[in-house]
Amino acid sequence: MLTFLNHFINGISLGSIYAIIALGYTMVYGIAKMLNFAHGDVIMVGAYVCFFAVSAFNLPPVLGLLAAIVLCTLLGIIIERLAYKPLRQATSLAVLITAIGVSYFLQNAAQLLWTSNPKIFPDFFGGIAIKMFDGQLIITLGTLVTIAACIIIMIALTVFTGQTKMGKAMRACSEDKGAAQLMGINVNATISTTFAIGSALAAVAGVLLCSAYPSLVPTTGSMPGIKAFTAAVFGGIGSIPGALLGGILLGVIEIFAGAYISTQLSNAIVFLVLIIVLLVKPTGLLGKQIREKV
Amino acid sequence: MKKFLTNKSTFSNYMTYAGVVIAFIILTIMGEAGGLSSTMKGQLVPVCAYVVMALSLNLTVGVMGELSLGHAGFMSVGAFSGAVVASALQQAIPSDGIRLVIAMVVGAILAGLVGIVIGVPVLRLRGDYLAIVTLAFGEIIKSIVTNLYIGIDAKGLHFSFLNPLEGLEAGGRMIMNGPMGIPGNTKISTFTAGFILIIITLMIIFNLVNSRSGRAIMALRDNRIAAESVGINATKYKMMGFVTSAALAGAAGTLFGMSQNAIIASKFDFNTSILVLVFVVLGGLGRMWGSIIAAAALTILPELLREFSEYRMLIYAIVLILVMLITNNPGLKNLFGKLIPRRKGAAENE
Repeated sequence: MLTFLNHFINGISLGSIYAIIALGYTMVYGIAKMLNFAHGDVIMVGAYVCFFAVSAFNLPPVLGLLAAIVLCTLLGIIIERLAYKPLRQATSLAVLITAIGVSYFLQNAAQLLWTSNPKIFPDFFGGIAIKMFDGQLIITLGTLVTIAACIIIMIALTVFTGQTKMGKAMRACSEDKGAAQLMGINVNATISTTFAIGSALAAVAGVLLCSAYPSLVPTTGSMPGIKAFTAAVFGGIGSIPGALLGGILLGVIEIFAGAYISTQLSNAIVFLVLIIVLLVKPTGLLGKQIREKV
Repeated sequence: MKKFLTNKSTFSNYMTYAGVVIAFIILTIMGEAGGLSSTMKGQLVPVCAYVVMALSLNLTVGVMGELSLGHAGFMSVGAFSGAVVASALQQAIPSDGIRLVIAMVVGAILAGLVGIVIGVPVLRLRGDYLAIVTLAFGEIIKSIVTNLYIGIDAKGLHFSFLNPLEGLEAGGRMIMNGPMGIPGNTKISTFTAGFILIIITLMIIFNLVNSRSGRAIMALRDNRIAAESVGINATKYKMMGFVTSAALAGAAGTLFGMSQNAIIASKFDFNTSILVLVFVVLGGLGRMWGSIIAAAALTILPELLREFSEYRMLIYAIVLILVMLITNNPGLKNLFGKLIPRRKGAAENE
């Protein structure tokens, strides 16, 4: 029972990281209707920035995180401006391939700058953990911080999209860009802001991810990126609560599948569950069913 | 003859065949005359395999209009099943050529069967959801292949899943070794075999596209509801296109696998699927000759950039982004539109 609970907590912790990444995917998809494949690599950049801020400049972890957020936000805006903005009118496949190009670019630039030798990410939480039931149930500080970060981000985003003017503009853009423009909403600025927020979230996710799994290489972001993308689809792409639900479910399923069925097959099981969910509910768990009109 | 020349798509199809034949002859002569470096020679068969992959994915993405992000999965099925068959038949059939043909047929059939299994659920979904499910299937195939152990001894083939295979009789050997894949592979693919496969692939695709079924598939792509309302069976025709595409990818996988010293499952991952998609999109959706040129050029490009050594993949990425930005620039598009009238994009092969 206690091992079960341990796995469950680990699953939620991993799922929280997926959820934070998935939020970035889902927001960008909801508004720009594009799969931003470079998102996973922004995570990697964020983790590297934090790593160097802390290990080379001896900054405290909080400032390292802040540096990562600022730089990733800038990076997100620059990528959007240079690579995606000229393609606003192009087909979604063209944008997809450009995103893949950006992803290759970031990975290879990271490889040149920082080599492919794994960097060992410092443990910010000093191994502090709450031990219960004679040490059978261990909850590390890192786990708690990750889950707390996910909840805070979730609430902040819900308030932001629901209450602020920019948030409302985002929702309007995701529903109908043409109509939003007619209402005087600056669609381009809204899309750029969405990319900025998504990239900032990616930086947070990168730091949390590397705190939990400390080996940092230029391809660190790609697999979590793909999984978070699946999580976003799982929950219903474009929906913020859906990304949270999808992320957490994906994390829990992955940890349980690894613990109780087979470590080698945990990825396969995660994807199998995704397929089954999409077959039963083709728009994801919380996705809106859109009627096709003739 | 007059009719043949006025029919634009037939003309373009024959030009594609002619281009492939001419390229084959030139490269063969250059190879014989020593005009090709050894790395380029080593690239010839993989280039053929990627060309076939690009053609088969173009059938799914360009002709059927469904985005697939797991095409490397079919390649993987073809590569491994083909290599196992070739290895198992090593004593029975001494001729490399016949063994390669049998391996390719088996690879194509198995990949086609996997295509049926995947197609049944996948083709019910639309758009990006279909893309993500194909991605998921690609990853599942990779996980399964990574954990598969196959050995051979006097009693025949032995299979094991997850656990390393034990209890082979004396004289038996492992063919597939889980995460290590197939370490000792005999290379039997040749450039000629690759060339023939490309021609066969082109014949299959052109004949399908220009048939009644092909027109049904394209009608479904252009407007599913309208097509269904005139009595086109969506599932049947989508399935036909998808399974053909999967089988061709399987044959390409066998060709590729048999040109490598070692095959591992992680070679056929998401990145490979994406790479092939890049060929298809750069070459132009539905344009078979475009796929051929893009696949060949982009497979060789990293080799040509070798003098930039460590910067080559960075340059590759920049080239990719720039090409997409330039080809989709509205100003340039208008210019091209004026120079080449009636350019219809994906509808080229109708």
